Amino acid sequence: MKVDSLSQSLNNDWITETQKIADRIRVRGFDYVMRNNGGYLSQICSSAELFALLYGRVMKLGTSTAPMIPQPFVGVPSNSNSEFFNGGAYNGPVRPEFDRFLFSPAHYALVLYVALIEVGRMAPEGLEAFDTDGSTVELIGAEHSPGIETTTGSLAQALSQAGGIALARRMRKEKGRVWVMMSDGEFQEGQTWEAVQALVHYGLDNVGVYVDVNRQQCDGAMKDVMEIGDLSGKLNAFGARAFDVDGHDLEALNRPAELEPDGRPLFVLANTDPTRGVPRLMDNAPVLHYLRFKSEAEKDAYQQDYQKMAKGIEL
Amino acid sequence: MSKLVVRPHVENFIEWSKDKPEVVVMTADLTNSCEVGKWRDTYPDRFFSMGMAEQNMMGFASGMAREGFVPYIHTFAVFIYRRPYDQLAMSIAYPNLNVKFMGFLPGVVTPGGVTHQAIEDVAIMRATPNMTILDTADATEVESVLDVAHSINGPVYVRMLRGEMPRLFDTPMVFNQARVLQEGNEVLVITSGVMTEEAIRATNALERKGVSIKHLHISTLKPFTDPTVLEALKSVKQGVITLENHSIIGGLGSAVSELMTDHNVGKPLIRLGLKDTYAHGASYQYLIEEYSLNAISLVRAVESLLDIDTNLTESDLVEARADDITGDSKAEAL
Repeated sequence: MKVDSLSQSLNNDWITETQKIADRIRVRGFDYVMRNNGGYLSQICSSAELFALLYGRVMKLGTSTAPMIPQPFVGVPSNSNSEFFNGGAYNGPVRPEFDRFLFSPAHYALVLYVALIEVGRMAPEGLEAFDTDGSTVELIGAEHSPGIETTTGSLAQALSQAGGIALARRMRKEKGRVWVMMSDGEFQEGQTWEAVQALVHYGLDNVGVYVDVNRQQCDGAMKDVMEIGDLSGKLNAFGARAFDVDGHDLEALNRPAELEPDGRPLFVLANTDPTRGVPRLMDNAPVLHYLRFKSEAEKDAYQQDYQKMAKGIEL
Repeated sequence: MSKLVVRPHVENFIEWSKDKPEVVVMTADLTNSCEVGKWRDTYPDRFFSMGMAEQNMMGFASGMAREGFVPYIHTFAVFIYRRPYDQLAMSIAYPNLNVKFMGFLPGVVTPGGVTHQAIEDVAIMRATPNMTILDTADATEVESVLDVAHSINGPVYVRMLRGEMPRLFDTPMVFNQARVLQEGNEVLVITSGVMTEEAIRATNALERKGVSIKHLHISTLKPFTDPTVLEALKSVKQGVITLENHSIIGGLGSAVSELMTDHNVGKPLIRLGLKDTYAHGASYQYLIEEYSLNAISLVRAVESLLDIDTNLTESDLVEARADDITGDSKAEAL
């Protein structure tokens, strides 16, 4: 076998493996939406490849130091609570050589939990506590939830937090990068642009941002709620390094992460299909944000969609 | 007024930071306005200009604090607790991060008007879990508040003074410990920040009129658990007056009221401060007269509480102004 074709085959291997992770994220996520009688299904559909790529390929993380079954809620951070446990431990130890992961749209928590399971950082049984009282595996996670290092449910705060972490890491000359997962709706918030401005001003090229550009938000399609227009054009005009890619094409999603940092913060705009794998969701258009079943018949139809998707995938 | 000090924070903060490499400074386009221009020139690698973008500044500060640095945010108080409150609460206060907020222009000390006057900052910060609140009254507290803030694990909000200020005290600020400025048993006067200097003008004159006043100066507004305060509340015979450079809702007066209620101290309480109103742009002297925050207002409140007439007027108070407070005769109380 020639070297070229060997590397080609290795290349295809990672794509095949990572796609498997993505497929399983979609199935397991869908399963929990059905069990919970509704949920953030569209976000699972759109971002499965994005999470699979981050955890399966892009992020250089150490082994998880957290329990495979998440521990119950032990109180909020405070000087009087020595029991507090940070969910970032699921992403491995904080060390100079390792990357960090900041998770911005906290309502994507189920996708993150499922991703942790599919890459072996959390036990499948751990998800049974999802959205149950007294659990840390919350519907909209906070920094005690698995895989979540900072509290970001109030949208558009993670990018600034990442900037501070990246600045500190640069002062200490650390090799690890800071990856941020964002949703496109967060680019309606002024803070996001304040953050981009500061990342560019300080040349923080150790920050890489993956954005699920699904063009959806709570009230419906972004074009009707508040159009954000040409996102990559805006980001590039700010001085960032932005790429538009197909958010379901793992090779395309991965390519920007392989580039040598060049002094600019990196933004990978993953253009996604919010109903990928579950086209029935379009029945709810224009509001895809949160799936609530309107009738038993509708729920049955989704259950059948799930069975079809799950066929041949052993969870 | 004697012992006037000019811009004590400028040199003190530089000297204090010398052996603390973890200390970094962030500001939102108010570097010289918050007296850290020379600090920036001294420690350029630890100074971060964040532009007019306070929400993002909170996030950057939180990230640096998570990495072990201790950001000292220097900006006007209103731009700490009003504009970026959600970021302050979620990115910094909730995770109990080591960020210190140096909030300049507390209350009506600025002619900058309503946009620059922090009149409900203590109320908002008291309602914020994990937050510690410190208030400065003179050059000594502006200098020593740094050690107090730095010793606390978690976010600290400081009402900070700049420019010219008196030196009232010759002992450093101590965390959660009131200063007993005058002993007495009829009326308890509790003040904080710049109001303490005003109150001293009144309490000196009232003392000469035979009114027995116990005067406490508060520099830690949260927590508010100093036993000295509760003992004083219980000890006076006639009642309590609070005076603060802040709304009477949610600040020192409210804290005292809550303490009295929680401990069943049933006594008259008069709260002097901004009476649920915004202020406007004018000089400090003009504003504290207009809103009844000055020394003569405290005299009138004492008269009302005791149902007496002291015949004291503003002209009787000018001479009493803060001159003798740092003298040896009062050193034990300060």
